Amino acid sequence: MAEERKLRILIAKPGLDGHDRGARVIARAFRDAGFEVVYTGCHQTPEQIVSTAIQEDVDLIGLSILSGAHRYSFPRIMELLKENNAEDITVIGGGIFPLEDIPKLKAIGIKEIFEPGAKLDDIVQWVRTNVKPRKAMVA
Amino acid sequence: MGRKMFSEAQLDRMEKEYKDWLQEYQKALQKMPERMERFSTVSDMEVKALYTPLDIKDKDYFEDLGFPGQFPFTRGVQPTMYRARLWTMRMFAGLGTAEDTNKRFHYLIEHGETGLSTAFDFPTLMGYDTESPLARGECGKCGVAIDTVDDMQRLFAGINLEEVTTSMTINPPASVIWAMYIANAENEGYDRKKLGGTIQNDCLKEFIAQKTLMLPPEPSLRLVVDTVEFGTYEVPRWNTISISGYHIREAGATAVQELAFTIYDGITYVEECIKRGLKVDDFAGRLSFFWNSHIDFFEEIAKMRAARRLWARLMKDRFKAQKPRSMMCRFHTQTAGCSLTAQEPYNNIIRTTTEALAAILGGTQSLHTNSLDEVYMIPSEEAVRIALRTQQILADETGVANVIDPLAGSYFVEALTDKMEEEAMVYIRKLDELGGMVAAIEKDYPQMEIADAAYHFQQQVEKGEKIIIGVNKFPSARPELEFVLKIDDELENFQIERTRQFKAKRDKVKLQKAMDELRRRCEGPPCWENNVMPALIDAVRAGATEQECCDLYREVFGTYSDPGTF
Repeated sequence: MAEERKLRILIAKPGLDGHDRGARVIARAFRDAGFEVVYTGCHQTPEQIVSTAIQEDVDLIGLSILSGAHRYSFPRIMELLKENNAEDITVIGGGIFPLEDIPKLKAIGIKEIFEPGAKLDDIVQWVRTNVKPRKAMVA
Repeated sequence: MGRKMFSEAQLDRMEKEYKDWLQEYQKALQKMPERMERFSTVSDMEVKALYTPLDIKDKDYFEDLGFPGQFPFTRGVQPTMYRARLWTMRMFAGLGTAEDTNKRFHYLIEHGETGLSTAFDFPTLMGYDTESPLARGECGKCGVAIDTVDDMQRLFAGINLEEVTTSMTINPPASVIWAMYIANAENEGYDRKKLGGTIQNDCLKEFIAQKTLMLPPEPSLRLVVDTVEFGTYEVPRWNTISISGYHIREAGATAVQELAFTIYDGITYVEECIKRGLKVDDFAGRLSFFWNSHIDFFEEIAKMRAARRLWARLMKDRFKAQKPRSMMCRFHTQTAGCSLTAQEPYNNIIRTTTEALAAILGGTQSLHTNSLDEVYMIPSEEAVRIALRTQQILADETGVANVIDPLAGSYFVEALTDKMEEEAMVYIRKLDELGGMVAAIEKDYPQMEIADAAYHFQQQVEKGEKIIIGVNKFPSARPELEFVLKIDDELENFQIERTRQFKAKRDKVKLQKAMDELRRRCEGPPCWENNVMPALIDAVRAGATEQECCDLYREVFGTYSDPGTF
């Protein structure tokens, strides 16, 4: 039997903010942890993010946002994943969120929110524990 | 030479006695070792236990320091510095609608701020009106939404635009927003020749760090030169570029990288303006800089002093500037947002105070102090008042503004200032070798240097080599602050509707004519006759929205998107 393939991760920046320090640091940390990482760059629409996630056949999407537009973009991304039968892709978020928004984001299916000060090792560990490679898509 | 600060005899004795002292120090360490294996600044520049005249033995007071207001301006750009006039207290402000921000401006002025600084929301920063599908969820969140010249009128209502200087943090659409500012000021009866202020207008650092991206580098530079050229002839009190290290630093750069990349961006703008046919002494005096004041106190002071000396030398030697004003690195400073913590946010007041003190001792011309809640959101009134009061207390109570450049002559500060300049020059030579900043950006060079530094710092934090109180030492949970500002999601619909009504009332023929002229100028070769600014002022006065002008730019010049490397 073939070995389990490496986890494939998409780091994505929805919205218009250019604060990409966190996204680029976590992308490197995931790469150093042995995952395969794709990074979208800044200013991606929900449609672009979901389409990249499907094309790249990723197991996890990490959304990084610091502008406050998560209230629009996160639900839209979850909706689009469903519409594309890709809701088995795990989605997590990182950045700055009002505290009262965090339970709401979890309620729409965002598995975890990592706030400022989260340790890279903890995030990597969370991924190892909670994300498994998706089943191969049946053509 | 013979003009050195210490005699040979003094230095000989110092060398011997320093060696003796070092032995004593080593002996003492055997009883109690040093706290850390290695001491370094927040940028990871190693520092020694003690600095002495030996560290600055090659310095020449007149060549390297000079007097305030004199070349090479190490000790400050004005002869009087804060003895005559304090730095401008300029709080970066922008939230919700133009009216909301106008109210905040008045609040800040009532509480003693002395200059305005405008934060635009992300759609405005990227050249989109609020109604753009790309703007969903962003309206008024990280700044004010400005679509039209009417919004600009509401933004500055009741403020005397010839008395107060206004800074606007806007980059790829800077020409458009500046045109709206000028058009509105003239509509209100002010004279453009008397308007004072700053547009950030620093497109190069967008590619390097801040990532508000619109056009490719070449046409971006063309528009920057158009604004410099227009300012030189038409708005002579305006600072047409604020060459910014702030965002480079926030993206994770070291102090040296911030200094070097920013100064090199400055070199590039000067070269481009000279290529256009401008004379260096006609425009260089209106270039200003913008530094980050991070948490490492002495490193920041050294960086700011080195920046003045480095810029003065480059302007004199590389560009043959004659006027002292052309050689002055005048700058705004903002305390470091990235040094603040979401945990125990009241501690941010202490961080900001320390950083503000460094900016003052570094000789800044204006200052923004971050609010304690700025780590979550744009600040509340309560928090912004504390931040402004921080500057006022430093200015009026502590005595730190009463003596010019009080740290000059400190063996450590002078040695660190030299090191900043030397290491920045290494980068500057490297950038020359790469063929200039645009070529370096295309090779992803500054971007990756910064990404490396950011990752290195994060790893140091993870290992506990760099300490952040409340985060990796005495860790604490993020509390709920009682006064965090909330921006209503409904504002978006209000702003969309208002801009629609504005558009419906425009004289379509007049607007089309103005837009055609703007297009003609954009398509033509860059020169004074094709300078976009006069056409833009006509266009926005005829009702062109920000996005309509920027869409025209995108059509003519093409677009640029983030390559997404890490």
